[in-house]
Amino acid sequence: MLFYLFATAAVVTSLLVIAQRNPIYSVLLLIASFGALSGLYVLLDAPFVAVIQIIVYAGAIMVLFLFVVMLLNPPAEAIEAHRLFGRRPMIVGSLLAVLLAIELVWALTAAGGESGAFPGASVSSVAEIGRLLFTDYAFQFEVTSILILVAMVAAVMLAGRRSTQEPREASADATIARRGE
Amino acid sequence: MTPLLAAQIVLTLFVFVMLLNSAAVMVYFERKVAAVLQQRMGPYLVGPKGVLQPLADIVKLLFKEELRPAAADRILFVLAPMISATAAFAAFAVVPFGASTTFFGLLDEPMRLQVADVNVAVLVIFAISSMSVYGIVLAGWSSNSKYSLLGGLRSSAQMISYELSYGLALAGVILVANSMSLARIVDQQAGAFYGIPRWFVFLQPIGFLIYMTAGIAETNRAPFDFPEAEQELVAGYHTEYSSMKFSMFFLAEYINMVTVSAVATDLYLGGWHGPFLPESLGWIWFLLKVTAILFFYIWMRWTLPRYRYDQLMAFGWKVLLPASVINLIVTAAGVLYFGV
Repeated sequence: MLFYLFATAAVVTSLLVIAQRNPIYSVLLLIASFGALSGLYVLLDAPFVAVIQIIVYAGAIMVLFLFVVMLLNPPAEAIEAHRLFGRRPMIVGSLLAVLLAIELVWALTAAGGESGAFPGASVSSVAEIGRLLFTDYAFQFEVTSILILVAMVAAVMLAGRRSTQEPREASADATIARRGE
Repeated sequence: MTPLLAAQIVLTLFVFVMLLNSAAVMVYFERKVAAVLQQRMGPYLVGPKGVLQPLADIVKLLFKEELRPAAADRILFVLAPMISATAAFAAFAVVPFGASTTFFGLLDEPMRLQVADVNVAVLVIFAISSMSVYGIVLAGWSSNSKYSLLGGLRSSAQMISYELSYGLALAGVILVANSMSLARIVDQQAGAFYGIPRWFVFLQPIGFLIYMTAGIAETNRAPFDFPEAEQELVAGYHTEYSSMKFSMFFLAEYINMVTVSAVATDLYLGGWHGPFLPESLGWIWFLLKVTAILFFYIWMRWTLPRYRYDQLMAFGWKVLLPASVINLIVTAAGVLYFGV
């Protein structure tokens, strides 16, 4: 019962995310869909994953999304720009959709069609997750952290380059110096 | 309906009503304390010693005209105060405020005075406090006014910056207690050690300071009340709000203060444990401690001037965050060395 509630909410809000013209609404609906997903995690006996989902995605990342959207304040997308039903995107999109469907069916049949709580319910304990993360999956964990570091360095580079091109402070100093004369 | 379920429902309603009341009490408390600090009388006309002043305030708020800017985003403008108020109420659900009780034998098994005993309670509080940013940000954006937008942007930047230190301070307590359940964290602070209560504030003094500082920033109180810095931004994110919608922001701010104080009591000050009183009356200790922290909050507001915005950011990133990281490392080393 609760499962259907959360699942419907997740699907509907995700669909609405791409159906919206206003980017702010898209961001908010995405947050709602994350919330529904975390409800599903709670139903799967994984409260830790559910809470982390909210903290990391809904709380931290989406705030930054919202921040950017608000600062840029883009106008609602024009209909002409929506080549959603053009021929080429249509073909690529349907191909990808078919691929995903095949993949899903394969994954579900391979899993044996069992449902219910996670096979290892003990994994939901925080201590267990931490132990696994730093022993069995230590390599993957470190690789992910390097990946994030690379993204951070790239972001700093992109943001920093502009300020070297326009040495604003130097010119301001020059103006002050000129006024001083 | 089983007696336990009935007790749960009654308890939930009780917490809800008490939170609503706490906001009203806080309004009176704040005005009286502010008056004392400034050698004024404070409210004294409505009721004896002015105790009915909050009622008068509420009636006044309700009868104000409901305004909405013509260019405001209609849906989000209504949604924003609801998000703020909901997040404020939701956070208290995992806060325990008293020892287990059978309510004078009405229940077969003792029940904790807590709406929901979640084993990741500390994280739940952290998650909900990170959701409460949205109310303020959306209020700022949807009002379509530059003062509101600036207030909203400031608040999101401030809350993101201070949330890091807040979370790391919480992590210190989690390490010491070896648990994320608030009820278990409180239980570990029972008793005394050579006459000193076993409160985590003595094990984590720096963590406590960081938690309180970040908590003030998270609730947007002075000296960190930038989202509504009135000299610069009129009233910040709620400039365009009036009547009931404004009072929802007002309510959310006071309830958030109560929640931060209650969590501080549970994490650092031993929750409902204290001398002289039996365990069943522990909630009196809890109330006293929360009141003391709330008094501290108000005291700060009427004593310190507001920081400058760049000072706030520099302090958050260059002082508070390194301090909390060092605190966490030292705590982890201590836990490894002495064992838990």
